[in-house]
Amino acid sequence: MNIKKVEWLYDPIDSDKKISYKVTTQEDVIWFVPLDESNSDYSLVQQWVEDGNTIEEAD
Amino acid sequence: MSYIGRGIDQIDNISTLDNLSFNGSDATFNLTQNSVAFVPVSADALQIQIDGILQSGNYTVSGSTVTFDFTPSGSSVCNGIKHFGVGVMTSVSDGAVTEAKIGSSAVTEAKIASSAITTAKINNGAVTSGKIASGVIPDAVSLRPNAQPFIINGDMAVAQRSTTQNGIGDGNSGYYCIDRFRFEEGNSPAAVWTMTQESLTSGNAYNAGFTKALKMDCTTSDDASGHGDILNVIAYHSERQDAHRWKKGTSSAEKFTLAFWIKATKTGTHTVELRDSANDRAVSASYTISSSDTWEHKVIVFPLDTTGAIGTGNGKGLSIYWCLHHGGNYGSQSLQTAWAGSSTAKRYTGQVNNADNTSNNWHLTGVQLEVGEFTASTLPAFQHQSYGDNLERCQRYFWKLNTDNAPHTIVGGQAGNNSMYTVWFPTTMRATPSTSFSGAITEYYHGSAGSSNSSRSITSMNIGSNRTNGLRFYFSKAGQSGLISWTDWVDTTGKMTIEAEL
Repeated sequence: MNIKKVEWLYDPIDSDKKISYKVTTQEDVIWFVPLDESNSDYSLVQQWVEDGNTIEEAD
Repeated sequence: MSYIGRGIDQIDNISTLDNLSFNGSDATFNLTQNSVAFVPVSADALQIQIDGILQSGNYTVSGSTVTFDFTPSGSSVCNGIKHFGVGVMTSVSDGAVTEAKIGSSAVTEAKIASSAITTAKINNGAVTSGKIASGVIPDAVSLRPNAQPFIINGDMAVAQRSTTQNGIGDGNSGYYCIDRFRFEEGNSPAAVWTMTQESLTSGNAYNAGFTKALKMDCTTSDDASGHGDILNVIAYHSERQDAHRWKKGTSSAEKFTLAFWIKATKTGTHTVELRDSANDRAVSASYTISSSDTWEHKVIVFPLDTTGAIGTGNGKGLSIYWCLHHGGNYGSQSLQTAWAGSSTAKRYTGQVNNADNTSNNWHLTGVQLEVGEFTASTLPAFQHQSYGDNLERCQRYFWKLNTDNAPHTIVGGQAGNNSMYTVWFPTTMRATPSTSFSGAITEYYHGSAGSSNSSRSITSMNIGSNRTNGLRFYFSKAGQSGLISWTDWVDTTGKMTIEAEL
């Protein structure tokens, strides 16, 4: 997964609750990545943030 | 008391021979019975009496002649000669034959009746493997009928994502075709590959029972002279909670035997690495491809490791890496053939470059990892699973919902300004999965009983709640009304991908 952009995704019922990352890859594929440390994509997002990138609020 | 019973002349095989006549000069005489030459069984079988004295140990026999150690005088008289032949005793008392009376190797197979040897006559632990003929016990699988192989999809039968993917190269680490087998790269190698689920119809691997293989076809070559840290490998990752069977990190740790079928254009030395991600420890081994583009079976024993327990949980545990090609930094020191902390310079030393020519191919199937040390002749047979069982195990890590396997419709309802749906996974996934949606499906909806259906094409979705066993997803209604809705997945391009890989 080559990350281009990461946005917060909120619960559609509880709009204050962050439930997932919405990740757009360099190939413009959208992945919903859960906030679960066991998920390997979650680890990639954390590394992407450590590399100096910022998670955006959803449009 | 004198002998009472039948006279010895009446006993079969006791013979009375003709008396000898002595002349004072000869010591050798012919033995006859009724003037016919007689051949005794042995000297001991004769009882010769001369001048009333029983002779003993002072004569020998040869054929039908007897030779005395002395020359009987001409006046001596032979009082009689008896011969005790074989079989005098025709019946033995019960219990009279002791073990000492049976010669070594004297009891042959013919003397043992069928079914005469009972279980009670076989000592505990007395039947060794050498006494079991080849093929009597089909294979070790019969001794573990309910066990599942450690390696999932080792026969490469399941390829949920696709059966071929070209253009795999820099930046493309990931799962593409064969479930559970991952392409990984490091530091922008120039090599580009096409990965395929290959169908086998002949060759040694096919003859060994495999119909599918993972094939890597080099489409852009790389002489590996660039960046020293470039790397291409095929990886298999397992969960920690599945790997303790080797008892790694304990005093009872056991060796690992890795076996697989491989076919490569490049002959010579190839390498494979076993890695414990929980403790960042690794061990590597080399193997030789002898014949180009020919299926060969490799059985590799890795040493045990009493350091670093892999532990439990669903994180990455034991991994296998087959090297395709690498830069110099991955092989600048001697190959690390004993477990130790991971060292980049010792991972793949000696590995030939499978990417140095676009005519190169590399194929793999029949992967198994066993507890203990085995040779090619003692290796337990590959545990083939049904396609269904294999698929279900793969779906713990990946599955997709599309026109091939989705239910005809998934029914949902309105929730706020969205239409909301729930889908249950076919099995509990390793972790909360990542999800993606591509293509388009049709959503139908209506707002009240008796009203006609409306429909729209759906090309994007959002995730509501996500668990290891199910998913709630929704589509924005965008101002459209409708209390009940359902999605139609038949004959659509829509595909939902659910992934919890390692």
